[in-house]
Amino acid sequence: MHDDSGVLTGAHFIDGDHACSEGAIAAGCRFVAGYPITPSTEIVERIAERFPFVGGVFIQMEDEIASSIAIQGAVWAGKKAMTVTSGPGFSLMMEHIGYAAMTETPCVFVDVQRAGPSTGLPTMPAQGDMMQARWGSHGDYGIIALCPNSPQECFDLTIRAFNLAEQFRVPVMLMMDECVGHMIERVIIPPVHEIQIFQRRSYDGPKKDLLLFHPDSNLVPPMVKAGEGYQIHVTGLTHDERGYPSMTVDTQAKLVTRLVNKLRVNADTIVDYREDSVEGADIVVVTYGITSRTAIPAIEQARKEGMRIGHLRLVTAWPFPEKRIRELASKVKAFVVPELNLGQMVYEVERVAGGKASITHVPHAGGTVHNTKEIYAAIKHSVKG
Amino acid sequence: MARTEIKIGGFGGQGVILSGYIIGRAASIYDNKFATMIQAFGPEARGSSTSAQLIVSDEQITYPYITAPNLMVLMSQEAYTKFASELIAGGTLITEEELVTPNNLRKDVHHVSIPATRLAEEIGKKMVLNIVMTGFTTAISNVVNEQAMIDAVKVSVPKGTEDLNLRAFFKGLEYGKKLLEKKHPSR
Amino acid sequence: MGEDALYTIDNVVPPNPIENLLRMDRIPHIWCPGCGIGTTVNCFVRALQTSGLDLDKVAIVSGIGCTGRVAGYIKLDSFHTTHGRAIPFATGLKLANPELKVVVYSGDGDLTAIGGNHFIHAARRNVDMTVILINNMTYGMTGGQVAPTTPISATASTTPHGNFEQTFNLPFLAESCGAVYVARWTAFHVRHATKSIKEALAKKGFSFVEILAACPTLYSRRNKLGDGLDQMSYFREQSEIKNGADTKSVALDFEGKIIIGKFVDIERPSYQQSMYDHLRKKLGDQYIPSPEMKNVYGKNGN
Repeated sequence: MHDDSGVLTGAHFIDGDHACSEGAIAAGCRFVAGYPITPSTEIVERIAERFPFVGGVFIQMEDEIASSIAIQGAVWAGKKAMTVTSGPGFSLMMEHIGYAAMTETPCVFVDVQRAGPSTGLPTMPAQGDMMQARWGSHGDYGIIALCPNSPQECFDLTIRAFNLAEQFRVPVMLMMDECVGHMIERVIIPPVHEIQIFQRRSYDGPKKDLLLFHPDSNLVPPMVKAGEGYQIHVTGLTHDERGYPSMTVDTQAKLVTRLVNKLRVNADTIVDYREDSVEGADIVVVTYGITSRTAIPAIEQARKEGMRIGHLRLVTAWPFPEKRIRELASKVKAFVVPELNLGQMVYEVERVAGGKASITHVPHAGGTVHNTKEIYAAIKHSVKG
Repeated sequence: MARTEIKIGGFGGQGVILSGYIIGRAASIYDNKFATMIQAFGPEARGSSTSAQLIVSDEQITYPYITAPNLMVLMSQEAYTKFASELIAGGTLITEEELVTPNNLRKDVHHVSIPATRLAEEIGKKMVLNIVMTGFTTAISNVVNEQAMIDAVKVSVPKGTEDLNLRAFFKGLEYGKKLLEKKHPSR
Repeated sequence: MGEDALYTIDNVVPPNPIENLLRMDRIPHIWCPGCGIGTTVNCFVRALQTSGLDLDKVAIVSGIGCTGRVAGYIKLDSFHTTHGRAIPFATGLKLANPELKVVVYSGDGDLTAIGGNHFIHAARRNVDMTVILINNMTYGMTGGQVAPTTPISATASTTPHGNFEQTFNLPFLAESCGAVYVARWTAFHVRHATKSIKEALAKKGFSFVEILAACPTLYSRRNKLGDGLDQMSYFREQSEIKNGADTKSVALDFEGKIIIGKFVDIERPSYQQSMYDHLRKKLGDQYIPSPEMKNVYGKNGN
């Protein structure tokens, strides 16, 4: 049924949640801690079913706070680890996103978004956690967030999430939503040798020379795990390159600047977006996640009527593809931004466009997806100016 | 057939979701088509109304929800009352004979029914009525080819029940084929 | 001996016997004069030194607070986590690599107020870890606020008119949740505490050692109990060793009797042993434990 890697090579008809679980296994994740919450529960259920056959450990913790720090313990023990949740649980995890950022603990947080705030609509989709993913923990730091729009991408982007986490030693958020999570489609799982895995970079120098948080030229330090005799110290306090607390203005500036900069300077290799007929377009519809699919019939309808409409889909919401949006802002008349919230990523588009193009937001309070008419009307409105 | 939008309705525990799953799996894994299935999620107790929505298409599916269903398979009166009006004009309505009384049946749809409960009982297990319905739907709609459906049934039902379910599938399939012959003897 | 030598102490003070396990480049520590935490660290290190454990495989995890700083001074793999979350971090660390000996070292507020839920569940699951809880009956780092462990009638900065909340009886809490080893000592009882920590380190499962330690700056002084030395006298005079005492009977009250001793020492399969045995039984050869799991828990020919 499967080889040692646990990869279920073949064609499957599964939902986005299950595809995410398979992506994690394929990426080499062998520790998952979670707490049940709709609509993400199917991910941990499948992990619980599959892990005993692939050398993994799953634990259902007492809450999301515990889950989000247990995975970090597991990472420092040498595993790849992930936790899985939805809005209310994601809110509880925020402090530990900051801890992961501060201690540069590579790990993956999956948020299957449902409509909020608070308990909201547990079984219905939204995209209301986009800003929370970026800014939810206190202080300055950087994270990466990916937005799959199909079960296939739930598989593919879960692997990419692990790879990016390892490459840049940051928490990576997989921003699913209820629609994508519960949608069942064909998922092709490739043979093991075709799956690209970024192996954790480990320090292997002499013990006495170890500076645990001394970065390489790409601003990312290599990892060391517990139990190897390095006597590492890891703290959420502001720390120097040894990992020792150092509560000075200089250390703070040096550390936090690097935490933010390691994503800024590497943004081009991280940022991923897909474009359709953007060159020469008057209007560019900017979408992400499920909205990148629901917008298509409206875009096609507008094109049939002769409007020149481009489509730019964010695969990485964070880092935001500033460079490309800025370029386009000086070429297009307007951006149309549909999203299942009352205004989140649209503010990024607006900020980066800097007044050079007009912005039409297509808000939605969540609970379902946009209908074609809503998005079409916004496109038409933008064309008229 | 560019895009078929299918809604399957019934009550919880009938296997409504499995029916949709089998059709979708057959289409996307064994028939070179695309399929997107979405189930109605909610804190629904067993026995309450439930539905699966499925899109089968020759092209990649963008919009994942059904907006204009042209094929509807209904296995409960409540589902009939709730969903029948959504079917587009000219669409196909399939109902279970004992469980659905098609009150105020629309004139603008093709309606066929099948005594799936009785046929399932003939096989010996009333619980396979959903698979009888699925076989019947295969014959009537031709949305997915027969062999693909057989392949999908085999791998989608609980282990050890493959034969039972295949018998149920063929029972529904044959019933559907006969019905078509009666309606269109020339075929 | 020349006169100079009499006044030069550098060459006559022997190295601190626990130096090999301290991060000397981080000393002096932040603890106040008279604070009992440093004394407990001494007990812990001496217990480690004689434990026979491979110290490369021992990791220490702390939360936040004065005791939370212990991880930062111990020369082991050491993790200073977030407030209240040392236990779930340690759970992940241990589950991911069961070859590690994992010690949680933190304070009463950290482990039983903000982290109380994790304490309960780690004990219930019997996760293989040693929890050393330093109980100074207050939140020292933040300035002496009331804690779940503050005795009734004691004054704290957030109970300026005296505390009226029920005080947590921690050995009783630990035992009722399922800990396999429960002991309480004070910073005065250094030999007992050291021995107890050593025993706790040797246990399989959730072992718990509570050590009462004075916070002269923010608890004793506010409550007119004198300085660190006075608190040591209190610990000496009012403590009564009752090994095997019913943990229900060991609640603390303001300057009352302190029942100390080893209260619980039982055997129960640890969380991971249970996981391993259960999955092996259910899934047979299909069960693939991690290599570390197999090394540690698969010893019975499995």
